[in-house]
Amino acid sequence: MAEREKVLEIRDLSISFRTEGAKVNAIRGVDLDLYRGETIAIVGESGSGKSVTTKAIMGILAKNGTIDSGTINYTWTDPDGSKHTKDIVKMSEKEIQSEIRGRKIAMVFQDPLTSLNPTMTIGKQVMEPMMYHYGTSKEEAYKKAVELLSEVGITDPEARMKNYPHQLSGGMRQRVVIAIALSCDPYLLICDEPTTALDVTIQAKILELIQDLQKKKDLSVIYITHDLGVVAKVADYVNVMYAGKIIEKGTIDEIFYDPRHPYTWGLLSAMPDLDTDDDELYTIPGSPPNLTKKVQGDAFAPRNAYALNIDLRLEPPMFDVPGSSSHKVASWLMDPRAPKVEMPASLRNRIQKMIKEGVAK
Amino acid sequence: MIDPTKPILEVKDLKQYFPISRKFTVKAVDGISFDIMPGETYGLVGESGSGKSTTGRAIIRLYEPTAGKIIFEGQDISGKMSNEAIKTLRTKMAMIFQDPMACLNPRKKVLDIVAQGLDIHHSYDSIEERNEKVYRMLETVGLSREHANRYPNQFSGGQRQRIGIARALIMNPDLVIADEAISALDVSIQAQVVNLMKKMQKETGAAYLFIAHDLSMVKYISNRIGVLHLGHLVEAGTSEEIFNNPLHPYTKSLLSAIPHPNPRVEKTRKSYTYDYKTSGLNYEEGTPHKVSETHYVLGTDADFERFLAEEGKGF
Repeated sequence: MAEREKVLEIRDLSISFRTEGAKVNAIRGVDLDLYRGETIAIVGESGSGKSVTTKAIMGILAKNGTIDSGTINYTWTDPDGSKHTKDIVKMSEKEIQSEIRGRKIAMVFQDPLTSLNPTMTIGKQVMEPMMYHYGTSKEEAYKKAVELLSEVGITDPEARMKNYPHQLSGGMRQRVVIAIALSCDPYLLICDEPTTALDVTIQAKILELIQDLQKKKDLSVIYITHDLGVVAKVADYVNVMYAGKIIEKGTIDEIFYDPRHPYTWGLLSAMPDLDTDDDELYTIPGSPPNLTKKVQGDAFAPRNAYALNIDLRLEPPMFDVPGSSSHKVASWLMDPRAPKVEMPASLRNRIQKMIKEGVAK
Repeated sequence: MIDPTKPILEVKDLKQYFPISRKFTVKAVDGISFDIMPGETYGLVGESGSGKSTTGRAIIRLYEPTAGKIIFEGQDISGKMSNEAIKTLRTKMAMIFQDPMACLNPRKKVLDIVAQGLDIHHSYDSIEERNEKVYRMLETVGLSREHANRYPNQFSGGQRQRIGIARALIMNPDLVIADEAISALDVSIQAQVVNLMKKMQKETGAAYLFIAHDLSMVKYISNRIGVLHLGHLVEAGTSEEIFNNPLHPYTKSLLSAIPHPNPRVEKTRKSYTYDYKTSGLNYEEGTPHKVSETHYVLGTDADFERFLAEEGKGF
């Protein structure tokens, strides 16, 4: 295997938001690595900070948000072969706008109707970023836009160029958004719940489209989602977030077949399985912590049936899972001194079954 | 009283058209028939634009059905309704909507939102009784009585959906129409709401019409499932029949699109494409063909033979 080329390196990122009277610590020390051509997924409940992390990468935090500490190092190779690394946190707004946003890093949002301009034709919206960032001539941009539209699977692209967003279906709109995102040949594509607003049938098509384009263009992709089915389909590496921290990370197989953190166990158990006949679906008890208050110990401890005493006092560090270079877990259960705790039997059975299914295919 | 052997709701050849212009009419629902037994959950699935929400809205009479009959508890509620029919319809049928923020009045307290049905039908003798009913309802859906004096924006998505459920269930309906009730929620919250709906069904014996596009949840909650496509009911059966033995190519394509939370299976799997235009099927000519006592598939005689020949085959 060729050496993996690091594209993005986030270290100890902390972000807080000022709200009425209180400071919300939305992100509390996130580390993240992304390599060229690979796909990572960030999963977690709403409010866990997965969207905020990626918004920081794009430099589109809300006005009341500030990056308290940390670095976001972004590395790219220019066409002449020279390598550059820049810390996005230290860049000025102007620099981000002209260099990064839309040009080197592009984003696909959840709702295609709100991310498109209703008063502009599709064609104009696909052409605009190229003309803005690269000064492409109108004719050339038009040609490239038609190409892009057919690349994302829109039939009769020339006719579609003149359409307005409301004339297209939800799946078609999301394809247009992807075409816009790809128009400036970004190195990194961030997909924030790209299929949540779409039907299952269209969801599969859009995910397959992104996968194809990724292979063709050697893109790195970050998926943000709460749907583990989507994660299973697309991701190489998974980061599980809870209350502003990454609590478990590893390859897709490690997270799905050998999860170690009780929260990951809960997430996996809560998914409806097509074969379950249980009377009740598993739910994680309680609700996520209020991040305006300082979190004492492990943020997940109050909802955790396996919590140890130390979880209430001290925040667990990232433990390496023995025998793996990629699998890391932030839980005191991984400490060699901790009592041995096994995942719930029902989840273990399910994983056993999943592994068998995987072999059978 | 409800007769448990008779369907609580019968939909016969329901059509719902929307005229757009003189020449063009959208046939959102084009002749579908099904029935729901008391206490059962009927799942209605299909892609967007298949007419599943329109069906739900036509049944609760948010629309005026173009043709066909809707019989609810023995009364015809499809044409002009008698006063009595309106009363049964409004008290015995309730709806839970998709977006819990959009369907709750932001300027009303939870107490008044949930009590609205009681207020309209004057089904209490004193304010204390009314409030007590609301408090009890809030507690059954997993909220506390302190929540009654708050406004909808003070709640999380899952809690808001609980308020929607409390509002729907306070009149003790016999049929609840849940239109994508969990689609806007997180996976872990979805499970909570589905568990709550199941629990409420056990307690009240209400029947559910569960409209959704997420098939794994539908399979989990429904006794029987109807698959809608382009306003036609292309296949109907028990959830085992639909999931284990799908016959119609559209059902197969829907099932193939469900993401499996299993990376080793999912990585190599391609979803199966079904295109009505190139499939050679004509829904308008098709008639329901019986596969088993409960399993029906739409098609002409020739289609039906082809479906049977392809039975059990993958994609």
